[in-house]
Amino acid sequence: MKILVCISCVPDTTSKISFIENDTIFDKNGVQFVINPNDEFGLTRAMWIKEKDNSSIDVINVGLQDTEPILRKTLAIGADKAIRINSDPKDSFQVAKLISDYVSKNNYDLIIAGRESIDFNGNMVPGIISELLGMNFITNCVGLDIIGNKITAKREIEGGTETLSFDLPAVIGGQKGLVEESDLKIPNMRGIMQARQKPLDVIEVNKNNLFTETIKFYKPEEKGEIKMIDSDNLDELINLLHNEAKVI
Amino acid sequence: MAVLAYIESNKSKPKKNSYEIISYGRGLADKLSTELIVLSFNIDSVEDLSNYGPDKILNIKNNDLSNFNIQKYADVIAQACNSLSIDIIIIGGSADSKYLAPSLSVKTNSSYVSNVVELPSSLEPFTLKRSTYSNKAFSDITIKNEKKLIGIYNNSFGIVEKKSNPELISIDIIIPDSTLTTDSVEHGSGDISIADADIVVSAGRGLKGPENWNIIEDLAKTLGAATACSKPVSDMGWRPHSEHVGQTGKPVATNLYIAIGISGAIQHLAGVSSSKVKVVINTDPEAPFFKAADYGIIGDAFDVVPKLNEKLKVFKAGNN
Ligand SMILES: Cc1cc2nc3c(=O)[nH]c(=O)nc-3n(C[C@H](O)[C@H](O)[C@H](O)COP(=O)(O)OP(=O)(O)OC[C@H]3O[C@@H](n4cnc5c(N)ncnc54)[C@H](O)[C@@H]3O)c2cc1C
Ligand SMILES: Nc1ncnc2c1ncn2[C@@H]1O[C@H](COP(=O)(O)O)[C@@H](O)[C@H]1O
Repeated sequence: MKILVCISCVPDTTSKISFIENDTIFDKNGVQFVINPNDEFGLTRAMWIKEKDNSSIDVINVGLQDTEPILRKTLAIGADKAIRINSDPKDSFQVAKLISDYVSKNNYDLIIAGRESIDFNGNMVPGIISELLGMNFITNCVGLDIIGNKITAKREIEGGTETLSFDLPAVIGGQKGLVEESDLKIPNMRGIMQARQKPLDVIEVNKNNLFTETIKFYKPEEKGEIKMIDSDNLDELINLLHNEAKVI
Repeated sequence: MAVLAYIESNKSKPKKNSYEIISYGRGLADKLSTELIVLSFNIDSVEDLSNYGPDKILNIKNNDLSNFNIQKYADVIAQACNSLSIDIIIIGGSADSKYLAPSLSVKTNSSYVSNVVELPSSLEPFTLKRSTYSNKAFSDITIKNEKKLIGIYNNSFGIVEKKSNPELISIDIIIPDSTLTTDSVEHGSGDISIADADIVVSAGRGLKGPENWNIIEDLAKTLGAATACSKPVSDMGWRPHSEHVGQTGKPVATNLYIAIGISGAIQHLAGVSSSKVKVVINTDPEAPFFKAADYGIIGDAFDVVPKLNEKLKVFKAGNN
C-alpha cells in the first residue's frame, strides 16, 4: 500500500507567540519548530501499517526550505521519502490543492493528515483534499483498522465515538487516540544516519492566486486582576459568580 | 444573493449553538442588507428559531438525513445553496460541522474561514477576525472570493434576540448514496459533552487518582456542567481521552471554567483561554493558572470542592 502523510511544521507547544512588522508576520525568532502533534500521531500509525504489510510511506509538506529539518526528522522516524512543495503556505485551500495535485499524479491509497494544525487551526486541509480528489474521508480519527482495501475507523463525536467503514483510497484526519503519546518514537542514531540517504524531493510550483490573506495579528487582551477568595468564605465565590460574573 | 445559516439538530430539536449561528447570520445579513435563510434537517418545531430573526426557514424533513453523514449532508446543503442563490454560508464549530465544512466549501466553490469570532470588520475587503495559534492569538483574514463559508467559534459571538416572522420554504432535493457506512455510535456515560456545556468542571493531577473523581462529578452535577481534565490525567487513563482539554486536546469556550488541581501549563491555558470566566482552586499560590483566572481559591481540593458543592446545592435550591 502507498501511504502519504501530510506534515505541517508548527511552533513547539511551549512557544510564546509574537509578531513583527506591525503585527503582520509571525516572529520565528527563537521559536523551535516541531512536527504538528496531530501529524506525529498519524505518522506513527502509518509506521505500524508499514511494519505489518511493508507499505511505503511518503511525507509531504507545503513550505519553504526551513521545513527541511522537520522532514528529515520524519525520515529518521521511518518515512521512506519526503516531498516538499516549495511554496509559502498562506492559504489552506492552496495547500490542499497543491497536495491533491501531487496525489493525483502519484496515486496513493491512504492519505493521513492531522485533524488540525496547532498554528493555523484550520481543520481544513484533509477535508479539502478528500473533496478535490473524491476520496472517502473521516477526521478526528481515533482508531483505524485496514484489511485489504476495507477500512474500519473510529471518529470522535460530541460525547462519544462513531465507527464507520469504507473503502480505500481514503483521507484520514488523525489525532491522539490513533496512537497513544507513549507510542511516539524519538528517532535513533541509525534512523538519523539512514535519513541522510533518503530522498527529499523539492517541487517547484507556479505562483498561485490566493483566495484568503492574513493581514494582521493580535495578541489576546491582558487578563484583569484576579480576585482571590478565602477558602472559608465560599459564599462569597457563589455571590460573585451569580451577581458579578452572572454565570450561575 | 442571501446568507444561509446551517444549524444542527439533536433528537429533532435545534442544538444549543443554533441560536448563536442564527444570531450571527442575522447580524451579517443586516450588514449586507440581504435576507437570512436558516437551513435545518428534521426539526420537529422551528418556532423558537424565529426569536433570532430569520427571514426564511428551510427545514428539510427526510428519513435519509436522520443520522449525520458527511457526504449526504454536504451534498444536500450544497443543493440548497444552489437553488437559493446563496453567497455566504454560516456554520458552527461543532465536531460534525468542522468535519462537514471543508467538503461543503469545495462543493459550493466558497472560501472557508474557520474559528471566526466576530462579524466582519469591513466588507470591502471582506475581513474576518479569527482565533489562531491555539487561542494564543487572533488574526484578521480577508476573503477575495464572492462565495464564502464562515465557521464561527462556539460561544464567541453570543445570542442576540430579534423576533421575526419567517416564511417556511421548501425545495426539491436529491439525496445521494454514500460510500461511508456508519456501523455504530457509542455515547459516553450520557453526561453533557464539553462542546455543549455552559459550565465545565475540570481537574488535574492534583486530584491524585481516578478514585477521587466523585467530588468532581458531584460538583459538575450540581452545576449541570460537563467534566474535563488535563492531559496527564487522560494519558494515565484516570479519565477518558474525550475529556482531555487544551492545545492538543479539545478547546473549551464555555461561560464558566472551574480548574481544580491543574497547574496551568501553557498548553493547557491555550485550550481554555477563550472561556469567559475562570475559577482556579489550587493548593499552590504560585500555580501559573492564578495569573490567567478571574477568581482564585488557595486551598485543598478535597476540602474546598465538597464544601463548595454543598453550598451550591443550597444556592440552587433557593434560586429555583
Ligand atoms: C506537546 C505537548 C502538548 C501538551 N498539550 C496539553 C494539553 O492539550 N492539555 C493539557 O492539559 N496539558 C498539555 N500538555 C501538558 C502540560 O505541559 C502539563 O504537563 C499539564 O497540563 C499538567 O497537568 P496538571 O496541571 O494536571 O498537573 P500538574 O502540573 O502536576 O499540576 C497539578 C496541580 O495540582 C495542584 N494540587 C496538588 N494537590 C492539590 C490539592 N489537594 N488540591 C488542589 N490542588 C492541588 C498542584 O499545586 C499543581 O498546581 C502538553 C505538553 C506537551 C509537551
Ligand atoms: N503546509 C502544509 N503542508 C503539509 N500538510 C499540511 C500543511 N498545512 C496543514 N497540513 C496538514 O493538514 C492538517 C490540518 O491542518 P489545518 O487545516 O491547518 O488545521 C495538518 O495536521 C497537516 O497534516
